[in-house]
Amino acid sequence: MILKYLLEKEFKQMLRNWILPAVFLLLPIAMMNLVPRVATQEVRGLKFCSVDNDRSTTSGKLMEKVAASDFFDLIAICTNYEEALRHIESGDADAILEIEPDFEHRLISEGKARVQISSNAVNGVKGGLGSSYLTQIINDFSKQLRNEHGILNTHNVNIDPEVRQRYLYNVNLDYKIFMVPALIAMMLVLIVGFLPALNIVGEKEKGTIEQINVTPIGRFDFILSKLIPYWCVGIFILSYSMLLAHLIWGFTPAGKLWVIYLFTTVFLLVISSLGLIVSNYSSTIRQAALVMFFFLVIFILMSGLLTPIMSMPQWAQMLTQFNPLRHFIEAIRALYLRGSNLTDLLPQLTYLGSFATTTWLWAIISYKKNT
Amino acid sequence: MSSIVVANSLSKQYGKVNALCSLSFEVNEGEIYGIIGPDGAGKTSLFRILTTLLLPDGGNATVDGLDVVRHYREIRRRIGYMPGRFSLYPDLSVEENLQFFASIFGTTIEANYHLVADIYRQIERFSTRKAGALSGGMKQKLALSCALIHAPRVLFLDEPTTGVDPVSRKEFWEMLQKLRTEHGITILVSTPYMDEAAWCDRIALIQNGRFMQEDTPAGIVKSYKPVLWSVKSRQMHELLHDLRRFNMVKTAFSFGETYHITLSDGLSIPQLKGHLETCGHEQVEITPIAPSIEDCFMELMNQTL
Repeated sequence: MILKYLLEKEFKQMLRNWILPAVFLLLPIAMMNLVPRVATQEVRGLKFCSVDNDRSTTSGKLMEKVAASDFFDLIAICTNYEEALRHIESGDADAILEIEPDFEHRLISEGKARVQISSNAVNGVKGGLGSSYLTQIINDFSKQLRNEHGILNTHNVNIDPEVRQRYLYNVNLDYKIFMVPALIAMMLVLIVGFLPALNIVGEKEKGTIEQINVTPIGRFDFILSKLIPYWCVGIFILSYSMLLAHLIWGFTPAGKLWVIYLFTTVFLLVISSLGLIVSNYSSTIRQAALVMFFFLVIFILMSGLLTPIMSMPQWAQMLTQFNPLRHFIEAIRALYLRGSNLTDLLPQLTYLGSFATTTWLWAIISYKKNT
Repeated sequence: MSSIVVANSLSKQYGKVNALCSLSFEVNEGEIYGIIGPDGAGKTSLFRILTTLLLPDGGNATVDGLDVVRHYREIRRRIGYMPGRFSLYPDLSVEENLQFFASIFGTTIEANYHLVADIYRQIERFSTRKAGALSGGMKQKLALSCALIHAPRVLFLDEPTTGVDPVSRKEFWEMLQKLRTEHGITILVSTPYMDEAAWCDRIALIQNGRFMQEDTPAGIVKSYKPVLWSVKSRQMHELLHDLRRFNMVKTAFSFGETYHITLSDGLSIPQLKGHLETCGHEQVEITPIAPSIEDCFMELMNQTL
């Protein structure tokens, strides 16, 4: 009964502070629209210089093929490697494609010829992907040559097996599909993790908690009155973001909606009670915000949201087991992309469930009215 | 008359600091009991223990017959507390605040309106204004209304008049008097202002976590033994210095525009006047004066030092 009045007050305060509702409405729009476009691991428009020491029809064709690809823009044709390197050093170019002298001749007579790819690896992703894209194009080119000329060289009978990649669950290897569920998770962490924590500490700072503490309100009611509004916000953000993802990108979750909601609810429990624990131990908003920030940054960086967990060192992979966000992102990605069902995700649910129980108990125990 | 608040050798330490040293006192039902002392004397710690917000390190206390540690939940229904700092929701309106505090006690504004009517009527025309936008005096009236709206048996007011202008202070004390006489509410109030003692039925002078004296205001003044003189001259600044340097003057404190002094036996007023004039003071005036609570406080403090 008292809870009803407490909730009424919380909602009144939340909606009265116009910034909060504005953030709830605008943040998903910004995240869903902007981030998948900018935070992409796809590399396009790599600038490259060519050093064609052969100047034959075949080498010319290869250059054309590379330049015609979406991924590369030819910015300069250089006469030697040193000149091309200067373009890299000045930052104009990302990669150099150098073709050896006698390229065409050796290709016809010996059946093989050499090209050299050099790429600027200061930006590791760009360098790595750039050179592997180039390799792919060159492979393609050599296949094309063979088809055109028949297998010219008899002493090269073992033809390379053709490798074709098929990407399951995300057919076009579209980075956006990969990002959307993770972004939803990130927004939930930011809003439902931060706000309840700041709210309770805010009452401490304003001194209003003194007045509440001398009333018969139980700690259970008080904590629930702080959490329920943000759970509602969390569920709203989830639904709203899924709708936006559908409208903007045409993505719909492959898995069942109710499983997504189930996971989100458990995850909201974990993250909001973490916020509560932090707020119970801090006495100022600044303290709470900093501590929360500390945890959330680590949670986000170690969740597999941006960098895959598989590429982390073994000890770090172990640590991520204690990161609730990791399990949630794993689950929501599987639900969104692969269409997993509940039984596939039981391990994640168990993890999140036990996190929820521990943090929740801790939050209630650590909230003390009288010191 | 029965005791509604009983403290029995209450102690509280913060680290090595003794905030309260074995305090015992009783407050009778229906009286205004003032706890008067400077900042840091232990007033707020005492109030926080009695309002179940702080656990005592030693001793025990009851409010309305209930133990402050064991029955804290029930006590919270029966008391009203107004902390020293404004602690209502600044982003809720005047009416919403009052409504909120009524509803969490399971009551309504209407049910207890008679209690707050006199006070609330003064701020009612601002009922839609946010509490944070009220002036100091009005905030305090709203806070008092919110502390009263569930018809508490005992009201705890921690420094309610700190930072309030003299006119509002007087108004506030008049409201408290009315609450006691018309509604029989017991009021415990703390204040650092000695001149407010007169509004209380009984007062306790507190210093360093100890009650130095506890009595009616008149009783405390009556028990003041020394003869008190008020001294003035044209050179006020040097006067205090000269008075304190003169070994026949026992105490000398600045008090408004004059100095209040007590003398050792054997020093007559003409002798003192002569001494001051040889020090170069002009227009020396020495008149006998009735002690105030502050004089008593200073005297008691001197004794304990």
